[in-house]
Amino acid sequence: MQAQTLYEKLWSSHVVHVEDDGTALIYIDRHLVHEVTSPQAFEGLKLAGRKPWRVDSIVATADHNTPTDHWEMGIQDPVSRQQVETLDSNIREVGALAYFPFKDERQGIVHVIGPENGATLPGMTVVCGDSHTSTHGAFACLAHGIGTSEVEHVMATQCLLQKKSKTMLVRVDGVLGAGVTAKDVVLAIIGRIGTAGGTGYAIEFGGSAIRSLTMEGRMTVCNMAIEAGARAGLVAVDEQTIAYLKGRPFSPRGEVWDRAVEYWRTLHSDDGARFDAVVELDAAQIKPQVTWGTSPEMVAPIDGIVPDPVLEKDPVKREGMGRALQYMGLTPRTPIKNIAIDKVFIGSCTNSRIEDLRAAAHVARGRRKADNVKQVLVVPGSGLVKRQAEAEGLDKIFIAAGFEWREPGCSMCLAMNADRLEPGERCASTSNRNFEGRQGAGGRTHLVSPSMAAAAAIAGHFADVRELA
Amino acid sequence: MNPFRKLDGLVAPMDRANVDTDAIIPKQFLKSIKRSGFGPNLFDEWRYLDVGQPGQDASGRPKNPDFVLNQPRYQGAQILLARDNFGCGSSREHAPWALEDFGFRVILAPSFADIFYNNCFKNGLLPIKLAASEMDALFAQCLGTAGYRLMVDLEARTITRPDGKVISFDVDAFRRECLLNGWDDIGLTLRHADKIREFEARRRIDQPWLFA
Repeated sequence: MQAQTLYEKLWSSHVVHVEDDGTALIYIDRHLVHEVTSPQAFEGLKLAGRKPWRVDSIVATADHNTPTDHWEMGIQDPVSRQQVETLDSNIREVGALAYFPFKDERQGIVHVIGPENGATLPGMTVVCGDSHTSTHGAFACLAHGIGTSEVEHVMATQCLLQKKSKTMLVRVDGVLGAGVTAKDVVLAIIGRIGTAGGTGYAIEFGGSAIRSLTMEGRMTVCNMAIEAGARAGLVAVDEQTIAYLKGRPFSPRGEVWDRAVEYWRTLHSDDGARFDAVVELDAAQIKPQVTWGTSPEMVAPIDGIVPDPVLEKDPVKREGMGRALQYMGLTPRTPIKNIAIDKVFIGSCTNSRIEDLRAAAHVARGRRKADNVKQVLVVPGSGLVKRQAEAEGLDKIFIAAGFEWREPGCSMCLAMNADRLEPGERCASTSNRNFEGRQGAGGRTHLVSPSMAAAAAIAGHFADVRELA
Repeated sequence: MNPFRKLDGLVAPMDRANVDTDAIIPKQFLKSIKRSGFGPNLFDEWRYLDVGQPGQDASGRPKNPDFVLNQPRYQGAQILLARDNFGCGSSREHAPWALEDFGFRVILAPSFADIFYNNCFKNGLLPIKLAASEMDALFAQCLGTAGYRLMVDLEARTITRPDGKVISFDVDAFRRECLLNGWDDIGLTLRHADKIREFEARRRIDQPWLFA
């Protein structure tokens, strides 16, 4: 049999039907649902008199609109409250394998709770009305974000209409330097291939540096595959994957576990499998990264400078850089380390897991935020992450450093709740998008790793975490 | 879904790359539980000088006179010229809903983000990929010609410029068929319900852990 890529294995094991032009119906194993992109789908289903195909494929939570403080007061914004209550009533009516509503101890960001509950398993197809569904590819799942019409389509048919993607291997070999994290790796990859570099592809991340990452790190990398334009990111199954899943609430047990593991071990690209594109990076060359513009590809190493658009030959790109610098209030050739910040956000589906919080706490321990930094928000990815962090005393480290320890949710990654930047405010953020207005109208976002965010909070400007003793 | 066959429409140029869906429809408007009414908030942060709120009447808000869609010559535009990677970022279908509600039916660009491209077809909006050189020529003509219009024919897969030049474009046969007929793809998929049930039954035996 011909050598296959991991993507091809996942694809071919889910095809139900193929149209003449190659459009396929692929079967969906897990449907993650949140309050923002589902109400119109539930309504559409109801209006058409259709029933959900397989309710036990659904795992739902409320995360985008939920506040991160004063939970005893409920959701103050009536429009946000209505959206969350709409999800409550839709799930009450339709059902689900699991629902973690606002204030539930297992509530959290949909891309954090899936894996931590073992609701994301290798070999699954996973969809969610959310572009960061690519996160789940860290478990060798074919996982991608879909629109609301597709949410309705999956609910009604348990299938998705899809065309097969091209395959790209991003191989990162070598050893990452101290202080260099999964976030720096993925920002460096996006800096290399650009935000449209992965469009039309499913990206498999491989190489010794990727294999050396923990599951949390792999999730961070796959999470941002979409920021490189790829709907799906993938990492092959290895012993770490299996160890992570053992004993999770929805993981299989006993003899079924053994059967599952046997199958999961086949979920890797075969030797000699051909990819449509291969990109290689040397792990040793990757430094801590900081974005300077309004697209994740506008990124520089911490010891770099803000680039000068004059040097860019492509006129559309040059104009885009000029516009980004104007929006960001930055002057070309400014050293990245000289950029002072107003706020820090540590959280999001990219970087809110226990390891991320440990990394930030490691830097914050025994230090205090700089006086010019108005606010440092630490928002755990889920109730379980929060509980674990508190058991380890991380909350006390953050509070002693002048950081705010909050309740779980998406928070200031996209500022749908009350956590946001004011116009002109500059933020070191562990989230995934530095688009104009993403964290609040007029806000200026710089994407960094959790340890770099904590270092910026302490210094008051971007600082090289490798230089902090 | 409204079918799309042919359109002779006014053209507006959006001359910037990487226009993301946060820009197309900012997050505060995603709190709606409806599919309609997003048009007044299309490109909200670029279009208005104040910060818009959901539920607010947009008619009295101060408009940014420099923003392209506020210029009198582009009022009533149904075709948008765009640059690379249009619709990148968030999967929010509110982006095509807003574009459609505003009046657009066709978007021309050298490349689109995958999820956005897909979402357009579900909403009677036709995204067309054209070579960068073709796009450059269209931008130049549009900027230089008042009342610039294009004729888009999905059946023939052609775009006709006012100077008579005909540009062909590619679109997946299945998507084209659905859009031409305004078909509900859930209905189409359910014609294969037996095949889905068969697949599922086999899966339940082979991988029982997926059906916990």
